Amino acid sequence: MTAAVIARDAAAPAAPPLSLEQERGQRAVFCGLTSIIWLHRKIQDAFFLVVGSRTCAHLLQSAAGVMIFAEPRFGTAVLQDRDLAGMADCNVELDRVIDSVLARRPNLKTLFLVGSCPSEVIKLDLNNAAERLRRRMDGGVRVVAFTGSGIETTFSQGEDSCLTELVQIMPARRDENPELMVVGTLPDIVEDQFSRLFESLGIASVKFFPARNSEALPAIGPGTRVLMAQPYLGDTARALANRGADILTAPFPYGVKGTRAWLAAAADAFSVAPSLFEQVIAGPVARAERALQAPRTWLQDKRIMFLPDSQLEIPLARFLSSECGMNPIEVGTPFYDAQLMSAETELLPDGVRWVEGQDLDPALDRVIAAHPDLTVCGLGIANPLEAKGLRTKWSIELLFSPIQGFEQAADLAELFARPLRRESTLEVGSWS
Amino acid sequence: MELTLWTYEGPPHFGAIRVAASMRDVHLMLHSPQGDTYADLLFTMIERDGKRPPVTYTTFQARDLGGSTADKVLNTLRSAVEHHQPKVLLVADSCTAELLQDQPGSLAEGADLGVPVIPLEMAAYSRKENWGASETFFQLVRGLLGNQPIPERTARDPQQRPSVNLLGPTKLGFRCRDDVRELVQLLEGLGVDVNVVAPLGASPHDLLRIPAADANVCLYPEVAAATCSWLERRFRQPTIRTVPIGYGATLDFIAELERVLDVSLSREAEALCRLPWYSRSVDSTYLTGKRVFIFADATHAVAASRVASREMGFEVVGIGTYSREQAREVRAAAAELGLEALITDDYLAVEAAISELGPEMVLGTQMERHIAKRLGTACAVISTPAHVQDYPARYSPQMGFEGANVLFDTWVHPLIMGLEEHLLGMFRDDFEFNDEAVPSHLAVGEATLRAVVDNTAVLDRGPVWADCAERELKKIPFFVRGKARRNTELFAVEQGIATIDVDILYEAKAHFSR
Repeated sequence: MTAAVIARDAAAPAAPPLSLEQERGQRAVFCGLTSIIWLHRKIQDAFFLVVGSRTCAHLLQSAAGVMIFAEPRFGTAVLQDRDLAGMADCNVELDRVIDSVLARRPNLKTLFLVGSCPSEVIKLDLNNAAERLRRRMDGGVRVVAFTGSGIETTFSQGEDSCLTELVQIMPARRDENPELMVVGTLPDIVEDQFSRLFESLGIASVKFFPARNSEALPAIGPGTRVLMAQPYLGDTARALANRGADILTAPFPYGVKGTRAWLAAAADAFSVAPSLFEQVIAGPVARAERALQAPRTWLQDKRIMFLPDSQLEIPLARFLSSECGMNPIEVGTPFYDAQLMSAETELLPDGVRWVEGQDLDPALDRVIAAHPDLTVCGLGIANPLEAKGLRTKWSIELLFSPIQGFEQAADLAELFARPLRRESTLEVGSWS
Repeated sequence: MELTLWTYEGPPHFGAIRVAASMRDVHLMLHSPQGDTYADLLFTMIERDGKRPPVTYTTFQARDLGGSTADKVLNTLRSAVEHHQPKVLLVADSCTAELLQDQPGSLAEGADLGVPVIPLEMAAYSRKENWGASETFFQLVRGLLGNQPIPERTARDPQQRPSVNLLGPTKLGFRCRDDVRELVQLLEGLGVDVNVVAPLGASPHDLLRIPAADANVCLYPEVAAATCSWLERRFRQPTIRTVPIGYGATLDFIAELERVLDVSLSREAEALCRLPWYSRSVDSTYLTGKRVFIFADATHAVAASRVASREMGFEVVGIGTYSREQAREVRAAAAELGLEALITDDYLAVEAAISELGPEMVLGTQMERHIAKRLGTACAVISTPAHVQDYPARYSPQMGFEGANVLFDTWVHPLIMGLEEHLLGMFRDDFEFNDEAVPSHLAVGEATLRAVVDNTAVLDRGPVWADCAERELKKIPFFVRGKARRNTELFAVEQGIATIDVDILYEAKAHFSR
């Protein structure tokens, strides 16, 4: 399957492919189930039922960090010995569990059946189960299956897997008038800011996917122009292209430059007059640049390393180097999607070691040896590095916080500046 | 299949990680898919560990399943041993790897790794975290001591100080670090030597010294009971089973030490315990009959029921545990109080029980803290699972005489102090010092929560409150108002009364104060 990635500006030279080192070894990344933590906050009329083991349930509540006061809108159907031994019919068991979920939540609009490592290894066919349940529910509740298993997906890829399945059931558009679709979970506040900007640009019809409620599944077809808001949705983009949509080539909306180029891709696609574009973004750009000054003083000329984790590493390294003056020395990413990253690649700094995949122990040895000013890493690794005298930023916060767009550019920089500011404030202990 | 929203315990391999992370020079090779490394963050974030747990994960992916995952196991074993150079290597499957049947334990034993290998069978689809910790500790001890000759047990030289091992404390247990320090101090003062503490802080070499002690103290039965019974059978080493949580239990613990070690010990340390006097002082009168609900691991549930009922003067209205392996002890503690124990790992069932009983305070885990918050009930955390705030910087043991002091403070803190409660009653009508006021040491946000809970009708289609009765209800102090409202409505429903007036309010009061 090839994607119809279209460059809006045909004159732009193709970016040279990134030269990547590949590592194979122990990986310290979350599995795709972790995506449920932000997906369930976004799609509030849905329930995510993981079919898996106690490990899955334990991961979800550990990664959620603070447990949520309300009863969660996700749960795990924990496989037992009798399910594996074939003593229990998994379909009957699944129906029983789903009935109890529906009994507690009669207003549910969508039920996601989420595959896990054990459900995949025993080849439990959740797509079949979803099909059967759809017939049983008679359209009352939409049932969608996707995989969040660690053997198939890492961390943010769970969202890719979820959205890819949703694309299959999107209704077809009736006309081919240009319509903008922004793809990838965004915090509501960011979504609202972008909506206002698109409206000012005169782009009238904008759909966000995923939408806040699951009934608002946008229609798709030729005429749909897709602007990717998250850098980990390669399969989703390809599925959308397969249904006739044009995928706009743009960097991701981090920082002033990233957001500007991202909006410009949409503006070009909708033939917005350059003067109007400049007029609409002038205020937010000026504000954002002013706000960036303070965190930049902390970040300027500082050395930063990224351990592979969220898939946000490449665009963030671009933002931190081009707008905050940081020097990335090594940037690791779980996997590299050349199509999605094509507009980022041309903006990346030189002299960086780019790594795809992971081999944890040697990577940690390199961090210790290089002694960067800041290391971006997963939660499990942050304190051990701090204890070795290094400053860190744990990356899961980057997925839970509003960091996209002009108004958040300084907040994003501040997430990286805070550990450095803290180091200079504290008179206890020692970091170096 | 079993529907789980929140889980009290992790999978059994997580128990194995807890044991490995508690010890020195032990490494665990866990055959597991990508993603299972999330386990690291519980140690480094919740307990703020400065190093990663000593675990190497195979982190296999779909592409590895096509080839040989067994090769991946061998490569991981070799690089783990080379990089970490442990004295003992534990080898286990996580839930998914168990399905692949690669037998990583056998692979490791046959791989000539130059390090003793202890294979673990974790039974991921029937067992849970505490069982996994217990099994791992047991296999480690048996693996290291199984071939050791049984020493001659002769009568101890009366000139020689008796010694014990403290078994069961682990990383991510509840206040284990401080409990160990408190008990070492207590035993030191009593003239009893601590031979080995394990798993917490022990090396494989330390485990080899276990048989040298006169007895084993089974500090946390969830982790150490199986090991203690084996040591009892194998080395005829007696087990001290009293868990010294609370004033009375600590005295019983000293008495059991005397009996088992055949020595006479001083009770001097008792003077350090302020709980008895604090509990008798007049301010504590208000604690009398406070209705508490207890839910915890078995060790802490049993201990809390004794302290709550006999040392604080609370009324225990419900008690339960998620530790099925130790359910018997909790059932016995419940029966002593005329209650039936709630044995479940379904937090929704616990929530239902708490809502129904309407206690004034919940002693529970992190889960119950959230349940109590939603219901507007006071709560203290007494057991794992616990969150980062329950791994405090200060010295805060649960065991021994200082532990009893800590329990008194911790359990009283969420409540309104005696004097304060009295003043709230006196100034009930004062516009500033009114009954929306919250305990002076708690956050403001609680007031709104309490108001919400207070005004929520308990019954869906309950009787209607006449205005006069509603006004009268407002005059009742807020901390009993919810209960009064509920009881009155229940009474009205029982009696078939549609409208509650002042008379019915007092009829109900009389009815329930029988």
